[in-house]
Amino acid sequence: MTPLLDVRHLAKRFPLKAERAWLSRARHRPQVFAVDDVSFTVGSGESVGLVGESGCGKSTLVRLIARLLDQTGGTVHFAGADIGAVPPRRFARTPQRAKIQMVFQDPTDSLNPRFTAFDAIADPIRRLRPLGRAALRARVGEVAQLCGLPKELLSRFPHQLSGGQKARVGIARALAVEPQLLILDEPTSALDVSVQVVILHLLQSLKERLGLSYLFVSHDLNVIRLLCSRVLVMYSGKIVESGPTAQIFQAPRHPYTAALLSAIPNAWDGQRARIVLPGEPASPVDPDPRACRFYGRCPKGTAACTQTMPELAAIGAAHEVACHFPEAAPPQTVPENRHSPQYEVKADRA
Amino acid sequence: MSGTGPVPLLAVDELSIEFRTRSGTVHATERISLDLAAGEVLAVVGESGSGKSVTAYAVLGILDPAARVTSGRIMFQGQDLLHADEARLRRLRGGEIAMIFQNPRTALNPIRAVGRQIADVLERHAGVGRGEAARRATELLKKVKIPDAERRARAYPFELSGGMCQRVMIAMALSCRPRILIADEPTTGLDVTTQAVIMDLIDEVARDEGMSTLLITHDLALAAEHADRIAVMHAGHVVEIAPTETLLRVPRHPYTRNLIAAMPGPAPSLDALEAIPGALPDLRRSDLPTCRFSERCIRYQADCDQALPVERLSARHMVACRHPL
Repeated sequence: MTPLLDVRHLAKRFPLKAERAWLSRARHRPQVFAVDDVSFTVGSGESVGLVGESGCGKSTLVRLIARLLDQTGGTVHFAGADIGAVPPRRFARTPQRAKIQMVFQDPTDSLNPRFTAFDAIADPIRRLRPLGRAALRARVGEVAQLCGLPKELLSRFPHQLSGGQKARVGIARALAVEPQLLILDEPTSALDVSVQVVILHLLQSLKERLGLSYLFVSHDLNVIRLLCSRVLVMYSGKIVESGPTAQIFQAPRHPYTAALLSAIPNAWDGQRARIVLPGEPASPVDPDPRACRFYGRCPKGTAACTQTMPELAAIGAAHEVACHFPEAAPPQTVPENRHSPQYEVKADRA
Repeated sequence: MSGTGPVPLLAVDELSIEFRTRSGTVHATERISLDLAAGEVLAVVGESGSGKSVTAYAVLGILDPAARVTSGRIMFQGQDLLHADEARLRRLRGGEIAMIFQNPRTALNPIRAVGRQIADVLERHAGVGRGEAARRATELLKKVKIPDAERRARAYPFELSGGMCQRVMIAMALSCRPRILIADEPTTGLDVTTQAVIMDLIDEVARDEGMSTLLITHDLALAAEHADRIAVMHAGHVVEIAPTETLLRVPRHPYTRNLIAAMPGPAPSLDALEAIPGALPDLRRSDLPTCRFSERCIRYQADCDQALPVERLSARHMVACRHPL
């Protein structure tokens, strides 16, 4: 079966302004390797998490897939169609536009302050699926209800809505045109814990009810762990590890993933020792094509890592890692549920 | 009011703050009490709008002009800071009590080199000369582990990453060896790896200098990892204060329990996460209930509307609830 989304060797390089443009016309222009040879798939009904530090190219990758940005190389296939060949300017006129929708990070900044909740949700329908007045009203009411947004809030403007309500409007707007793939860019990071849980539950139930596929971008690893079945770990424009979420959280194989996981505050699980990475990520401007991008910060780096770039290779069932010296495989008897809390929180319904 | 025996370094006592706005008076905090012992890390945890930052601002006397302190005292070194004169407060800010702000890039002066900004603090508070201040600024940048400190001292905030800017903020806060460090959401907006490094750095310098830390955060997991004690705030009330382990293991306030159950960290699955019903009450209301959590509380009973009891379960464990867990 062909996957819903199939990304192959996707690359995006941004040329930098040369310091002395008038001198350097003929010379090489430095480039930022934002996304570099990234391949992955998202199956129908699957939710895939994408994690990585800021500046690693997560957002660029997502914008390439949503066709908001043109790639430098590689292909993007969506439901069999080669959407990577469609220039972003023309993509809005293809039938796939409605099928890939995005939920943006900050629910306040991503809503037009002059649009009511109704208009915000109706806007993509008006542009992509023109409906009659009554049908439009019915459709907006339907998605709003699906997202748990009371009808009486639809006439309100963003400033009259709470953070959680705005997040619901953002999700309803994305769902209005019946997408198959929803790209969620840090949908809960601007929300308080109490609201975050509600939105995560909403996303989970929407996925089950509508059979959606999610590409979930977040730097909150715990949220990814709870919502996604598979996770992609990105570092400096490349995917360094991918595999089933449970497996990666239990036994990360790439040293970067291990360091990333060890950085999660975990007062309830004292066994994990913090791995501190020295320095900052290497510059993404014209990186050495032979050296591993993680070399220099990697606790395991050797001279070999500067000679050949490690390729993403299978290391277990559906588990891939790009490292010459991956972490040891976990013992066969995996301790059951490593993440269960030590202290039990009793449900109290008194 | 001291919960720890000896006289605490800083004691916030029955502090109430109001904001007068066009749409009514916001009752931001109501009779909150907190104390901070020497060398201790106290975390103040709560949702946005619970009054965490306002309390910190009150300590430094940097509240918005629209704010009015209607009751309480803030005792530091035997003096009520609420009645201290401006000259005293100026010596205090950055000198004895330093603060790290949430967004380091906006908190730093964008048109002044970072080393220069640290030197400014030294010149003002430590009374050292220009050259000496610049030398000490570079030293401080080394102390917060900024590589190539001599060069970075001449950099402007926009040339540094978020994590680096936060290190500069920490260096600046440390410059005059304060007794108390107030860290207001010091890692919000930073990556997990950077967050871990910055928090470890704060822990380390606080330990080295024997400083007390007031860590303000919305992230209970972060507080749990770094604080000795945690104070939970809800809608302008301190609802529970306890040593970190006790608070996580046996929370007594229903809201604390809700916060723990909403933490994605220890949850084995999404279904195990429990949402907190309702939202913070509108703090402009004139008919705010005595227990501001009562409208969201599953343990609400009619007698909750009577005066809010502050129950002291042990010397270090306090809960403000009529029907604690």
